[in-house]
Amino acid sequence: MTDTAARRPAYIREVIDAGNYGTVEKPLTIWERAYRIEALRKAVLLVILAGAWQAYALHLNNSLLFPTFTETIQALWTNITTLGLLEKVWMSISVLARGYLIGLFLAATLTVLAMNTRIGRDLLEILTSMFNPLPAIALLPLALLWFGLGNQSLIFVLIHSVLWPVALNTHAGFLAVSNTLRMVGRNYGLSSLRLVMKILIPAALPSILAGLKIGWAFAWRTLIAAELVFGASSGSGGLGWFVFERKNDLDIPGVFAGLLTVILIGLFVEYVIFRRLEQRTVVRWGMQQ
Amino acid sequence: MMFDTKTKTAGTASVRDGVGQPRLNEGGRAVGAVSVLSGRGVTLQYKTPDHLVVATYRVDFDVHASDRFVVLGPSGCGKSTLLKAVGGYIAPTEGEIRLKGELVRKPGPDRIMVFQEFDQLLPWKSVRENVTFALTESGRASGKAADERAMHYIEKVKLTKFANSYPHMLSGGMKQRVAIARAMAMEPEILLMDEPFAALDALTRRRMQEELLQLWDDTRFTMMFVTHSIEEAVMLSSRILLLSPHPGRVRAEFNSNGKDEIEPLTGQKLSVAINGLLFADQPEIEGDDHD
Repeated sequence: MTDTAARRPAYIREVIDAGNYGTVEKPLTIWERAYRIEALRKAVLLVILAGAWQAYALHLNNSLLFPTFTETIQALWTNITTLGLLEKVWMSISVLARGYLIGLFLAATLTVLAMNTRIGRDLLEILTSMFNPLPAIALLPLALLWFGLGNQSLIFVLIHSVLWPVALNTHAGFLAVSNTLRMVGRNYGLSSLRLVMKILIPAALPSILAGLKIGWAFAWRTLIAAELVFGASSGSGGLGWFVFERKNDLDIPGVFAGLLTVILIGLFVEYVIFRRLEQRTVVRWGMQQ
Repeated sequence: MMFDTKTKTAGTASVRDGVGQPRLNEGGRAVGAVSVLSGRGVTLQYKTPDHLVVATYRVDFDVHASDRFVVLGPSGCGKSTLLKAVGGYIAPTEGEIRLKGELVRKPGPDRIMVFQEFDQLLPWKSVRENVTFALTESGRASGKAADERAMHYIEKVKLTKFANSYPHMLSGGMKQRVAIARAMAMEPEILLMDEPFAALDALTRRRMQEELLQLWDDTRFTMMFVTHSIEEAVMLSSRILLLSPHPGRVRAEFNSNGKDEIEPLTGQKLSVAINGLLFADQPEIEGDDHD
């Protein structure tokens, strides 16, 4: 049953010369190169969004409802120069930073505890499932009762909004670290705390960074909302209080300027701080695209 | 019965290949202080969610200095579990494992493991940092000495050009070479290799096996190597421990010189002899090189 008809002759040949193919490498055009820069693409998108805002506001022609982009920028400038907007921003950020850092510290303590003891892990899981869904702002009336009208109340709700998502993400990241890496760590004599510091934290860094970002966004939202709802908690007040005041004066471009400031700070933290942190760590190590 | 309780031995004369120092044999057991690692009646168990599995049952073995000791057996013979027990990750439920007379209790830098998985390198450290990290964290060397030692072993596995690359930039074979360099730089009493080439393609695997033998010719390290491939076992080993599956029990120990020559005890080529023993035990044995 040998099928002679289907047999094809074997051959061996010299490989053809690929040098005749013409251009092997050619430079990209300036547009192609520009398109590859992420910052440039996003800047163009921002300009387009601002243009759309401007066009719509001009079409509406009612600065009490929807001021134009240029009016907002003007309001922003006058508020910075005359009404001390930057001071208010600073107020908000300094309160935020305190709450954020204390929250991170508590989250780290909880997760280290959870990595080393079974009961610590149960505690973390129970606490996060209890408190993570609880909106921080709902705790503010209680906080005001306990800590009075001051920064302490704000810091308390900020800690609440940071602690749970960060702890949850970090813990999930630790659990996802491959068993091989843990065994490698133990092979070189690392135990409990050093294993966490030298192996688990870097290996779980993508999840930890995601947790930090979520925590940051939650904290920022909580802070602005708390200031908007409950006003100045101490003396001069922050950015949320500023928006509230501008609305009371029916200074809508001022309200827009306040909101724009919130947006700009958000963009700055995302693209300058977190993105740079990612580029230097997880992207460089090939753990994230 | 499938298993002889009596052990047949091919005379007392050593049949170690021309390379290692001659072994002092007495019924297959060592005399004197050449034994680096010994296991006596090692029974290992592990728990799955629904079962208590006996991985190995009363396994005895002796690894001598500069041995290329290969543990060979089909899946389910507990060979990887045995290696993990030597590494100190699992405690035997019965019997004991001793390294230079000291009872093995926990993982330590005197027994360095090379895993099958490519993710055994720390992704946040370059090739060079991976090796120096191991040296400094275990207290073997520090500072400049650690770096020099790291570069020496990185050169041995021919990765000097990639010393500052991160693991994600390397191919699978290169990652395994880094893992081997890291393990060798530690200069442990014994290198434990858990099928380190199993996840590589056939051509790369072949080259890595040859390189490993060259490295052995250079430094004469002691290693315990686990594999399910008869071909790999015959090629790499100076001594083969053959385990039968479910649970893993000692079936035979052979000497080897990598050339697959006639095995005196059976009168067959070594690979044929091993094949025969494995097939006699387990009719549906897994193919040799399938992963």
